[in-house]
Amino acid sequence: MNEAVIQLKNLSKYFTVETNFWGKPTSVLKAVDDFTLDIFRGEAFGLVGESGCGKSTVGKMIAGLYKPTSGEIIFQDGTDLAKLSTKDRRKYCQNIQLIFQDPYASLNPRMKVEEIIAEPLKLIGKTDSGEIYDRTKYLMECVGLSDYHMDRYPHEFSGGQRQRIGIARALAMNPDIIVCDEPVSALDVSVQAQVLNLLDDLKKEFSLTYLFIAHGLNVVKHISDRVGVMYMGQLVEYAEKNELYNNPQHPYTQALLSAIPSPNPHRKKEQILLKGEVTSPIDPPDKCRFCTRCFRKEEKCEKLSCPTWTEVSPGHFVSCHLFQ
Amino acid sequence: MERESTLKQIWGSLSQNKGAMAGLVIIVILAIIAVIGDSIAPYDPEYSDMTACFVAPCAEHIFGTDQLGRDIFSRVLSGTRISLTVGIIAVSISLTIGTVVGALAGYCGGKVDMVIMRIMDMMLAVPSILLAITFMAALGKGIDKAVIAIGLVSIPEYARIVRGSVLSMKQNEFVQAARVMGNKDSVIIFKHILPNILSSIIVRATLGISTAVLDTAALGFLGLGVQPPAAEWGDMLGRSRSFIFNAPHTLIFPGLAITLTVLAFNMLGDGLRDALDPKQRK
Repeated sequence: MNEAVIQLKNLSKYFTVETNFWGKPTSVLKAVDDFTLDIFRGEAFGLVGESGCGKSTVGKMIAGLYKPTSGEIIFQDGTDLAKLSTKDRRKYCQNIQLIFQDPYASLNPRMKVEEIIAEPLKLIGKTDSGEIYDRTKYLMECVGLSDYHMDRYPHEFSGGQRQRIGIARALAMNPDIIVCDEPVSALDVSVQAQVLNLLDDLKKEFSLTYLFIAHGLNVVKHISDRVGVMYMGQLVEYAEKNELYNNPQHPYTQALLSAIPSPNPHRKKEQILLKGEVTSPIDPPDKCRFCTRCFRKEEKCEKLSCPTWTEVSPGHFVSCHLFQ
Repeated sequence: MERESTLKQIWGSLSQNKGAMAGLVIIVILAIIAVIGDSIAPYDPEYSDMTACFVAPCAEHIFGTDQLGRDIFSRVLSGTRISLTVGIIAVSISLTIGTVVGALAGYCGGKVDMVIMRIMDMMLAVPSILLAITFMAALGKGIDKAVIAIGLVSIPEYARIVRGSVLSMKQNEFVQAARVMGNKDSVIIFKHILPNILSSIIVRATLGISTAVLDTAALGFLGLGVQPPAAEWGDMLGRSRSFIFNAPHTLIFPGLAITLTVLAFNMLGDGLRDALDPKQRK
C-alpha cells in the first residue's frame, strides 16, 4: 500500500494574458500555482474547489493535454512526464486516461459506439479484429451497455449512457489512473448516482486509481478516500475523507462545507457567508490568496507571504497562517 | 465487413434523397455527354455558316445559332467535356490543397498558422483573375494551365473556411479525448476533425464549380484559356454578352448548361452532406 502512482511536485500552469511588443508576457494568469500532491495506488482522491480555481487544469496537465509551466509530474516508474517530448509522452497515454465533463461533446458524433471504444484498443496495439470485438463487448457490459448498442451513434443515447461510453473508452486502455474531470456535473441527479456507483464498482474491479475532480463536496464524499480543497490555483487543505468532513480546519473548507444544502428542511444550519472580493488569478500578490474573503483573518495574514503546509493531525494538511 | 455496412447506410440514405438522386442523374448524363458529345452533335460545333447568324431556336437548330452562324446546341454538347473537366479539376486542386493547408493552420496554430494565413491573405488581396493571369504567365498558355491557375487562385477561400472550422472543432472534448488516447496529430485531423467539418467544405466545393467555369471563361476572354473556335460554356457566355437584347438565346443556353451543372452538384452535395452525417441519416 501507499505506493504513489503519480506525484505532483510544485506543479504550475501559467497562461499568458498580455504580451508586450516583443512577445514577452507582461501579465499572467496563474491557473495552477505550486501544486504538490501524491496520489496513491488504489485510492480515489477527490479534488474540489469553485469554478475557475484550476482543478481541471491540474487534471489536464496529468492527462497530458497541457504542458506544465514548471514543476514535475512523476509517474510510478520514476519518469517525469512534464519533461517528455510530445512523442515520448504518447507512450504513457495508456497509463493515464481522462473522463470528460460534457458527455455531449466528448464523443465523436461521426463514429459508432463500437469504433469509439475500439479506437484505444487499436492504439495499444491490438490488431486481431475478433479480439477487439470481444473486448469492446466486454467493456460495454462492464459499464452497463448492451451489445446491440454497438452499431449506434452517440446522438442516439442519453447523457448518462454517453458518459458510460466515455468511461468504457477510458477503461479500454487499462490505465493505472483515471482522471475524472467532473464526470457527473452535466448529468441529472438520479443519473449522477448511477454513474458514481458505476465508477466505484469499476474501481474495485479494475483496481483503478482515481483523481476525481468536482465542484461539490457532496459528490466527492461518496466516492473519495481522500479529499483535497483547492482555492485560486492552490491546494489549501487535504485529508482523509471523514477527517476533512468532520473536522475541517481551513476557513475556506469550513465555508465550503457549510454551503452543502441539507436534505432536511427543518434542520437549521449555520451557513458561513463569504464576503469580500475574490482575488484575481491574474498576477496575484504573494500572500494568502484567500485573505480578502477570509472570515478568520488575522493581522499577520495580510503581511506574510503564501502560507506553507502544516500537519494538524496525521495525514491532515492545512495551508493557512492560523496554524503556523 | 463493418466498413461496407457504413457505406451501405450512406448509400441507402442518399438514394432516399430525391434531390440528390436527381443531381446524380444529371451529373451522369453530363458525364456521358462529355464523353460522346462530339459524335451526337447534329452539326460540327466549329463550322460557321455565315448565312445563318443569330437564327432563333427552330426545328433545324433547336438552340439557334450564334453570331458566327454556329449551331449552339452542338457547341453546348461539345463544350460539356471542357467545362465539366475544368470545374471538377480546378475545384479538386483548390479543395485538396486548401483543406490540407487550412487544417494545418487551424490545428497547429501559432507560427505555422501565422505564416500560412498571411500567404493566403496575400493571395486574397490580389484580384483572383489578375492572380490567375500571373500564374498563367509563369505556367504558359493552354486550357490545362488555366485549370491549374484557377485551382491555385481559389485555395485561400477553402483554407479560410477549413481553418475556421478546425479552430472551433479543436475545442471539442472528443478531440482532446483523441489526444489523451495518444493519437498522432495526422490521425486526429483526418479521422476526428475533418469528417466533422465536411458539410461546410462540401457546400463551398459545389458552389466552387460554377466559379471555376466562369473564371475559365474570363481567362478565355483574355486569350489565355480555351482558344477559339473551341466550344466552352463560359467562353460562349462571355462572347455573346453583347447580344443579350438582340439574340438572348445565344446567352441563355450556355448559361442554362452552367446553371444545370452547378445545381446538380449542389443537390448531390446537399444529399451527400446529410447522408454522411449520422444525425441526419435515417
